[in-house]
Amino acid sequence: MKSLAELQAIRDKAKAAVNLRDNGEVNTRVMVGMATCGIAAGARPVLTAIVDEVAKRELGSVMVTQTGCIGICQYEPVVEVVDADGTKTTYVKMTAEKALRVVNDHLVNGNVVTEYTIGAYQK
Amino acid sequence: MRELSLNVMDIAQNSIRAEASLTTVRIDESIPAGTMSITITDNGCGMSEEQVKSVIDPFFTTRTTRKVGLGVPLFKMEAEMTGGSFTIDSTLGVGTTLTATFMTNHVDMIPLGEIGAVMHLLITCNPEIDFLYIREKVNAAGEEKVLTLDTREFRAQLGDIPFSEPDVSEWIKEYIAEMENELEF
Repeated sequence: MKSLAELQAIRDKAKAAVNLRDNGEVNTRVMVGMATCGIAAGARPVLTAIVDEVAKRELGSVMVTQTGCIGICQYEPVVEVVDADGTKTTYVKMTAEKALRVVNDHLVNGNVVTEYTIGAYQK
Repeated sequence: MRELSLNVMDIAQNSIRAEASLTTVRIDESIPAGTMSITITDNGCGMSEEQVKSVIDPFFTTRTTRKVGLGVPLFKMEAEMTGGSFTIDSTLGVGTTLTATFMTNHVDMIPLGEIGAVMHLLITCNPEIDFLYIREKVNAAGEEKVLTLDTREFRAQLGDIPFSEPDVSEWIKEYIAEMENELEF
């Protein structure tokens, strides 16, 4: 089995990395709906894709969390992105592929992927 | 649900909402007995006796955004479909324990699925909460193995570095993968 001592080495390395960027401040939050409705609609691969991509691109200022049902079960899997200025974007009917584009376009480059938003879907 | 691991994720979400600081996911498998039980225990706010009774009713929910609450009833149904059983105990201010037991050889048995991926997501996406993940298995030869993952131990080593930190997240993923390999005996 892996030893806990390995974590100490990771901690020392990670501390340096955290200090380097924004003093470890989180300024973008990504919330994935993980209630019964979201999970049944396929939210797990969406969350996995976001977590993996955020880790791969080392987006230290992005915090990915789970949230409950926000009441729009028919649009699940739902992903909400809250930017540093408090603007909230709601992406609906997500898939792992769409989630990757949201990470790359929205989280990295700051461009909202309009066609996946709830506004575009309801038209 | 297509995988029982998704039910675990769903039920654990209730513990998170109950503001638990420690959530335990325990899976006991016995190949000779043909059983698997999944127990989720939390130290969250708990429920009153009245609420415990109504939580297995799909038309009961505390939320106001919709009229149904399907998570617990689904899990119960899936266990009972295999000839297994379901229990839920809760005490206000102490926490909740829920156990679903499955008869694994029954035709309606739903596979456990990617439980490792679920545990990894629960741990890395809920950095404020501790998880205890216990796997117990008795193999066909009757040999027993118990494996444990305790995020409190990780936290003691890591200090203020969150589980979501890429290297840490990767390490936890490998740790879980090793647990799963160890269970193939």
